[in-house]
Amino acid sequence: MRLVVVGNGMAGARLVSEVRARDRDVKITVFGAEAWQPYNRVLLSNVVAGTSRPDQVRLLGPRWHAEHNVTAHLGVEVTAIDRDARTVVAADGTREPYDVLVLATGSEPVIPAIPGVERATAFRTLDDCDRIREAATSARSAVVIGGGLLGIEAARGLAGRGVPVTLLHVRDHLMERQLDAEAGLILRETLGSLGVAIRTGVTVTAVRERHVELAGEELVDADLVVVACGVRPVVGLARDAGLEVERGVVVDDELRTDDPSIFAIGECAQHAGRVYGLVAPAWEQASVLADLLTGADKGARYRGSRLVTRLKAKSVELAAMGETHLTDEEAEIVRFSHRHKGTYRKLVIRDGRLVGAILLGETSAVGTLTQLFDRGGPLPGDRTGLLFPGVGAAATADNPTRMPDSARVCQCNNVTKGQIRACWESGARDVEAVAAATRATTGCGGCRDAVEGIVGWLCEQEGVSA
Amino acid sequence: MPISLHAPGPVMSQVHGDTTVGSATHCPYCALQCGMYVANGEITPREDIPANAGGLCQKGWTAAELLTSPERITTPLLHGKPVTWEEALDYTAGRLRAIRAEHGPDAVAVFGGGGLTNEKAYQLGKFARVALRTSQIDYNGRFCMSSAAAAVNRAFGMDRGLPFPITDIGRADAVLLAGGNVAETMPPFVRHLTAMRSRGGRLVVIDPRLTQTARLADLHLQATPGTDLALALGLLHIAVAEGHADLGYLAARTTGFEAVRASVSAWWPERVERVTGVPVAQMREAVRILGEAGRAMILTGRGAEQHAKGTDTVTAFVNLALTLGLPGREGSGYGCVTGQGNGQGGREHGQKADQLPGYRKIDDPAARAHVAAVWGVDPADLPGPGRSAYELLDALGTPEGPRALLLFGSNPVVSAPRAGHVTERLAALDLLVVADFVLSETAAMADVVLPTTQWAEESGTMTNLEGRVLLRRQAAAPPPGARSDLRILGGLAERLGCGEKFPADPRTVFDELRRASAGGIADYSGITYERIAAETGVFWPCPATETAPEAGPHPGTPRPFLDRFATPDGRARMVPVDHRPPAEDVDEEFPLYLTSGRVLAHYQSGAQTRRIRSLNQVAPEVFVEVHPDLAERLNVAPGDRVRVRSRRGAAEAVARVNASIRPDTVFMPFHWEGVNLLTNPALDPMSRMPEFKVCAAALERCTGEDMERDA
Repeated sequence: MRLVVVGNGMAGARLVSEVRARDRDVKITVFGAEAWQPYNRVLLSNVVAGTSRPDQVRLLGPRWHAEHNVTAHLGVEVTAIDRDARTVVAADGTREPYDVLVLATGSEPVIPAIPGVERATAFRTLDDCDRIREAATSARSAVVIGGGLLGIEAARGLAGRGVPVTLLHVRDHLMERQLDAEAGLILRETLGSLGVAIRTGVTVTAVRERHVELAGEELVDADLVVVACGVRPVVGLARDAGLEVERGVVVDDELRTDDPSIFAIGECAQHAGRVYGLVAPAWEQASVLADLLTGADKGARYRGSRLVTRLKAKSVELAAMGETHLTDEEAEIVRFSHRHKGTYRKLVIRDGRLVGAILLGETSAVGTLTQLFDRGGPLPGDRTGLLFPGVGAAATADNPTRMPDSARVCQCNNVTKGQIRACWESGARDVEAVAAATRATTGCGGCRDAVEGIVGWLCEQEGVSA
Repeated sequence: MPISLHAPGPVMSQVHGDTTVGSATHCPYCALQCGMYVANGEITPREDIPANAGGLCQKGWTAAELLTSPERITTPLLHGKPVTWEEALDYTAGRLRAIRAEHGPDAVAVFGGGGLTNEKAYQLGKFARVALRTSQIDYNGRFCMSSAAAAVNRAFGMDRGLPFPITDIGRADAVLLAGGNVAETMPPFVRHLTAMRSRGGRLVVIDPRLTQTARLADLHLQATPGTDLALALGLLHIAVAEGHADLGYLAARTTGFEAVRASVSAWWPERVERVTGVPVAQMREAVRILGEAGRAMILTGRGAEQHAKGTDTVTAFVNLALTLGLPGREGSGYGCVTGQGNGQGGREHGQKADQLPGYRKIDDPAARAHVAAVWGVDPADLPGPGRSAYELLDALGTPEGPRALLLFGSNPVVSAPRAGHVTERLAALDLLVVADFVLSETAAMADVVLPTTQWAEESGTMTNLEGRVLLRRQAAAPPPGARSDLRILGGLAERLGCGEKFPADPRTVFDELRRASAGGIADYSGITYERIAAETGVFWPCPATETAPEAGPHPGTPRPFLDRFATPDGRARMVPVDHRPPAEDVDEEFPLYLTSGRVLAHYQSGAQTRRIRSLNQVAPEVFVEVHPDLAERLNVAPGDRVRVRSRRGAAEAVARVNASIRPDTVFMPFHWEGVNLLTNPALDPMSRMPEFKVCAAALERCTGEDMERDA
């Protein structure tokens, strides 16, 4: 089988490595429009923030393709699909025949059509990151347009570099797709305290030399402008080839387009009416498709993904998942809000299952909640522990004087407080004597303080009664 | 204390049962091998052994009870009837000869144990290869240390549990313990962690349960069962991203870092959080604790290792340790916390299907030639590698598999995965011979039971979790009727026509073991009983240095990796690994993870400790730990009898309801028949370790009907 993959981003690269892991022999050719080895787009905000170097976000080592017998055309854009000849045509004239073609062309940033927008930088690729980092070294001010996940990460990263930054958002609150208004407000206050100025409900009308212009002709200073207004699927190649395209390339549960030889995965694909913009679904799709293409699991099917959004911004803990916008009429809502401390927790429950959640400011429950959300597991009748992990757990290190006599003081030698008391009553007045008689403290030694406390307390009691 | 150099221990007793001189010896149980004196059945801890330094747990204090237990067997049994030793050995040897004649040498199998002394482990391997000429030998250590062994052999070229003295732990600034509950499995070990913490050091514990050990920790990462590998990759990702990689060390002492670094790029913390359930903030904190410590250690236990991906999980933790620059640096490092009493020595001297004494590979021609010369046989006559433990048990009594089994120091009816099936395989044998000192569940099935001496009734060496070779001296006279394993092997060998090759005296066997191990990875040739006694233990490798007498004997090797690793180029090898889900994940029918482990009062299959009254009082029966949320949902109250089911069987247990376990997981201890009826025998492709630590299960309350039926 000759497999051709168009796209060397997170979906395409993942598919290639998953196929190779299952099958050493299938002939694989991959085209990537960027000249880089595939890298982890999820980590780009770390690059902007300066906590990761560009070479630390590589997904595959520099020699991976050669070592795994994969032909890689990097920096080469595919311009056409000849479905009759089952061949792809690249910008450099390469014609590559295929038996199976996988489109993983991803998405491209949405750039609003406003005057001067060419002065702005998108936030999508390593090259974009390079431009942002370079500009940040000399910029006295920056503006980020777009208050979604990526915009917030970019703004936080720039603020962390010491650049005064203003985040402009057209909607009334930040991350409105994932957050309700209250969470959006608390997030805004948290970011504000970290040096990100935020304006919501504003429309940018132009990007100028040293500022951006808002509706109403207000000006905001900006030596550097980053645009993070969302992405749209790259579907030109598929559309030109006559494949069925709506918002994305339409695929079925086998990730197959309406041409049985052509598949699509990742952000360019549309499954069951949904186009996903996160990596987890893309990797689930890559895994299913690798199973199907190699025959490792012919029954593999993609059934859609549950989405968990985690903001990656230093000192901002935020997780959001599922249907966070349901109302009290539609679902059981459990909510705890503590605006002063910057924390907000919300559970959305339907039929005893978690269908959505927001955790902001404090995320110690996030592991439990994401797993309950992912698996649709049943929730406990009392929801308190889900919002406040550890509440209701047994208290440890109880005061020895208040322990019941049956309490085990020495785990290693199974000695109770009652036995220590009995030992004291027959004359033992220090830890050594208690140890000799009961073996308490002779194992791990961890109960020494407790035994000392009990003996001391008993001695004290004796003094009182005498 | 005077050391007798002519007898293996100061000998005692003119009258059976009345020992008159106390012996400096070691505990019969775990790999800590606590030092103790035994005199007249009284036990006192030794201060001179660093592992326990005067401490003992309840198992240690009560160990002598089994010396006089009424459940002790002292007469050989043939099909359940008492017979003389002559009858038992004649019958066994006759059947072995007949089965071998009819079906070939591989029709006879041998199964050993990680509790046997070095001398017995060595002799058992030799007996299989020389007296029986079978390739079919393996041991229960395969269920214990094999994943860590495979991983560190790959990384460091040498598998020594802790490649540093245990006292280094107390001097560290941070310890990460992945999947180990030392507060229950080897309580005096905690003294070293306490010493570390009292100096300001920090302890991080990874465990799906808030165990006694996790309660001691500064940070507890309560990961989903079966996700330790993802967690290790996430920690490594963070270590690299936050600048904790020791690039100078990596360049000087390792190979493969670039590929490992690229491979963990895919395991960013938020992704790992979703897989493991461990919050990102806790992962970052764990890395900060390790990365900022001057001296740090990463230790793994069975919780991380007993998986069908155990080798890769340990590899990921080793990669983390190497990235932080820990191994081979004094006071820092990676170590595996060995479980069984002689888990370390037992894996070095030829009980393993693929190995010869000295940790040599059985398919290496030079190793075969060396060992064959010591044994006085033709290298061509030595069999090749055989089946691994579970594969061996699984093949018993099948058309292609062995028809006879000799079993020493193990109780697979309780301890093997998918134990119900293993019991069927044992029952299908033409001949099952079990050597033990109590009638274990497996011995109760045997055609022939050979009553052995135990622990304090014989001498031998044990290699503890540090790789320190210790002398376990005889401290009591054996009851009449019991024979040592070495004498039993000698008696069988004699009947098989090679008795002269199988002496029964431990010191003679040890001296031969020294020659057989000479030049191997685990080189014991410079170690003598006298040196062990004088130095309270000697660390291997310890070659016999016969050159330059003024140089003195080799001192042993407390820290083998300080200058170089035991690989051909002296560098540690970093190998990229990837996470994968458990072999059997939860689903609608079996919605819970089942994991297993130990309780303080019992050891292994419980064959010994369940026969000690005071231990049985503490932990009298099998239980299942259930989170209150789960208990509420299933209408289970504390103390209820519940049934736990998996695709392989069902077991009943008493419910213990507490919040120390994850709500999606239940825990059962493995010291009773029960949990291993449920466990999954999916094997690690490299170590052949079964997936003891996670399978899918369902739980329900037993109804009144069940109770009546059981009654």
